[in-house]
Amino acid sequence: MSTPIDYLLHLADNAVVLGQRNAEWCGHGPILEEDMALANVSLDLIGQARLLYQRAAELKGGDATEDKLAYFRGPHEFRNYTLLELPHHGALVGYAAADRDYATTIVRNFLYSALMVHVWDGLQQSADASLAAIAAKSLKETSYHLHHSRDWLVRMGDGTEESHARAQAAVNHLMPYTEEFWTTSPAEGAAVAAKIGIDVWALRPAWDALVNEALAEATLTRPNFHGYVTEGKIGLHSEHLSYLLGEMQGLARAHPGATW
Amino acid sequence: MYTQAMDIPDDSGKKLAAVSNATSEQEAAFEARIDADGRIEPQDWMPEAYRKTLVRQISQHAHSEIVGMLPEGNWISRAPSLKRKAILIAKVQDEGGHGLYLYSAAETLGTSRDQMLEGLHSGKAKYSSIFNYPTLNWADVGVIGWLVDGAAIMNQVPLCRCSYGPYARAMVRVCKEESFHQRQGYEALLVMMKGTDEQRAMVQDAVNRYWWKCLAMFGPPDADSPHSAQGMRWGIKRISNDDLRQKFIDATVPQAKVLGVTLPDPDLKWNEARGHYDYGQIDWAEFWNTVEGNGPCNKERLATRVKAHNDGQWVRDAAQAYARKQKERALKEAA
Repeated sequence: MSTPIDYLLHLADNAVVLGQRNAEWCGHGPILEEDMALANVSLDLIGQARLLYQRAAELKGGDATEDKLAYFRGPHEFRNYTLLELPHHGALVGYAAADRDYATTIVRNFLYSALMVHVWDGLQQSADASLAAIAAKSLKETSYHLHHSRDWLVRMGDGTEESHARAQAAVNHLMPYTEEFWTTSPAEGAAVAAKIGIDVWALRPAWDALVNEALAEATLTRPNFHGYVTEGKIGLHSEHLSYLLGEMQGLARAHPGATW
Repeated sequence: MYTQAMDIPDDSGKKLAAVSNATSEQEAAFEARIDADGRIEPQDWMPEAYRKTLVRQISQHAHSEIVGMLPEGNWISRAPSLKRKAILIAKVQDEGGHGLYLYSAAETLGTSRDQMLEGLHSGKAKYSSIFNYPTLNWADVGVIGWLVDGAAIMNQVPLCRCSYGPYARAMVRVCKEESFHQRQGYEALLVMMKGTDEQRAMVQDAVNRYWWKCLAMFGPPDADSPHSAQGMRWGIKRISNDDLRQKFIDATVPQAKVLGVTLPDPDLKWNEARGHYDYGQIDWAEFWNTVEGNGPCNKERLATRVKAHNDGQWVRDAAQAYARKQKERALKEAA
């Protein structure tokens, strides 16, 4: 049975969109060491995206390439979690502008990497040998991302009054978006059935434990959630993704067919 | 990346004076080591003017690396392929790393990173003026790699033999990375020149805008270079501005031919008698105007650095507060 391409695109789109967001800090970090750390995280994510898109392009055949998949699909074709496309600040409409908030960046990286260490770990056993190899590489990188973001989450939560308030606001803002992790998309269902993908629902207790433990150490509280569960992974996104892709894809789309 | 001759005066240090705070034996030992082309290390005695010159030069260099992240960072989000995006992020990150080594090297002279940043943010300390020009199309990224980093290498390779040990050692690694950036930039341009007419036009446009700026970045002509003579004497500067500029031009003209771009100087031609290329007049008035803060992007570059630093204050405060709490907890547990 072939690897469901949509599942690979879901993993690749996650990586490219969060890689794009993390790179927005390049030159603007709160301290030089963090500027470099986030560039590293971004590089890892772009690297993961490239490998996943290459595998998807290989399975798709024809003239598909990593760049065609990254640059020439519209927002409704992207399969990333909505969480990952959000700007680095609190809840605002797509065309509002606000300063970047490092707490939002760190909390998002933490919530996502806390999931992905388990996802990549499981995918090392994927029936798709290429995906299993990508997972082994990505697991090492994601463990560092988790380490980095968890350290900062604790520093912020248990730091000053201001950093605590900012970290708590970011947790309150972002936690609801993680509900999307636990719904099963058709692509995920097909990938699980083919033993290529992983049943994310089964990872929930491990993720909860990791998150709850870190929040407790950071003296932060986990908000209750009732309401809309985002649906980015089936192509229904927030207002923010089309801005992100407009910027990312603009130059490539102005020169279709060009080689860079 | 850094190209500006590092003898641009600024207000970051007090006027250099030959303060004699040493015994004649210490001075003699310093002079003897300089004459023997030896290395001065942080714990060694050194004249105050030597220390100040180095702090000014190394911090200008470090600031240039950090400010230099901005013009190239401008294209990260829009890089036209994932491969080029990754290369560009890695490159800009390398520049940040250079800033980090250089701030550390300067700290061995007794000036903290905070003090140096204060100099940058208040406008007292200078940085390479090449970063006060905008990056207007994607080819600027390749041209900065090829020409700006190429010029940086010309300036920096001699610094690997600088008399101050920590600076010289930092420059060995910096030069290796810059040389890699230069080849990556040139390769990106080669691919574009083999592409569409629009891509070739982008490359030529970027070369037209950056060529003269790169030549100016070697610093004023030797006759007008205020700190050169003392820098040469101390083994901080090894080759004069004009000699480096000529070396850069001679190396670059054949590369431009291979690439298929025109360098925008009608006076650029081989001089058989000199064994070098002759070149036209550099617009020094424009150069100094930009160095003095009135170029196209000076205000944006500096304001962006200041904003990043100010916006990051709460993050740095949090890290320090947390570290203090952890220390107190450890002490309590031990008690």
